[in-house]
Amino acid sequence: MRCHLKIEVSLKPGHSDPEGETTAHLLRELGYNVVAVNVSKVYYVVLEVKTEEEARNKAEEMCKRLLANPTKDNYTIVIEETK
Amino acid sequence: MRREEIRVCVLRVGGTNCDAETKRAFTDLGVKSEILHVNELVKHRNLLDYQVLVFPGGFSYGDYVRAGAIWARWILAKMGKELKCFVEEGRLILGICNGFQVLVEAGLLPGFDGISSYPEAALATNSPPGYNCRWVYLKQETNGKCIFTCNIPENKVLRMPVAHSEGRFVFAKDKEKLYLERLLENGQLVFRYCNKNGEYANGRFPINPNGSFHDIAGICNPEGTVFGLMPHPERAYYWWQHPNWTRQKQMPQYGDGKLIFESVIEYLTKNF
Repeated sequence: MRCHLKIEVSLKPGHSDPEGETTAHLLRELGYNVVAVNVSKVYYVVLEVKTEEEARNKAEEMCKRLLANPTKDNYTIVIEETK
Repeated sequence: MRREEIRVCVLRVGGTNCDAETKRAFTDLGVKSEILHVNELVKHRNLLDYQVLVFPGGFSYGDYVRAGAIWARWILAKMGKELKCFVEEGRLILGICNGFQVLVEAGLLPGFDGISSYPEAALATNSPPGYNCRWVYLKQETNGKCIFTCNIPENKVLRMPVAHSEGRFVFAKDKEKLYLERLLENGQLVFRYCNKNGEYANGRFPINPNGSFHDIAGICNPEGTVFGLMPHPERAYYWWQHPNWTRQKQMPQYGDGKLIFESVIEYLTKNF
């Protein structure tokens, strides 16, 4: 079966986010009452697997091996659709 | 080992740069140096024919995912065993700029307990953000343990350029203190950003160009055989690479970057 995954990689709390801070600053300059901006990266992955559990395990593995650096990144995995 | 027997492999993939400058620096010192695409190395060459492996600067694989992450995982998947053997035999690996990011992502640096399965540090987005290309000052922090700086006196201030967007060296927040202590205990902290008088930047921009933790610009593994740094020594090899060289009264032939390449050659001629 084909599993559609949404993997979001974001900074762990406590790690500074210069891109988010700069964006927030500019949005404030544009007149918006912005408190904070955090930048994250989303990967939409389509996997050919036998079960949803397998899909989740493979996605975990992908995050650990490539998509996230455990020093500074958190990640979430959501199965969006299975066909 | 005689100087002319030393062989240096400067790797390249799509997006790397300064491989020609790195090769030229080694060649100028009388050793055999060649630029090899990683596919050529994997398919047709033996890594153990070389004493030095260099991951040069640039933006390998477009810096996609994270700077250096794709090349790091690629090289571990294709030649992880050879690379491990290379390190265990005490051969030398140098990572410059993007090469430093690759070595950290591959778990070769800081390598507290050998090559780690997952990165123990990261080179995060510069703070302030954006691409920063400027000349910086560095202070040499080790007392000769790092082979790449064994010819450079402790506390000597060197001048080299940086050119990167992701050079902010960080540890996990909960391990920051512990890992810094380990770096210091092991003599792994090699270069810190400072001003021209040798006073540490203490995070201040632009002396520290990227917001790096503890002003860290370069580290080595506990054995001193794997070394990575964000500044570019190959772009400071000749004096005429300096931005103000035509305005100088004194005209030496070489820049500070040469000291790093010379240290490598001296170590190899004495120990291999």
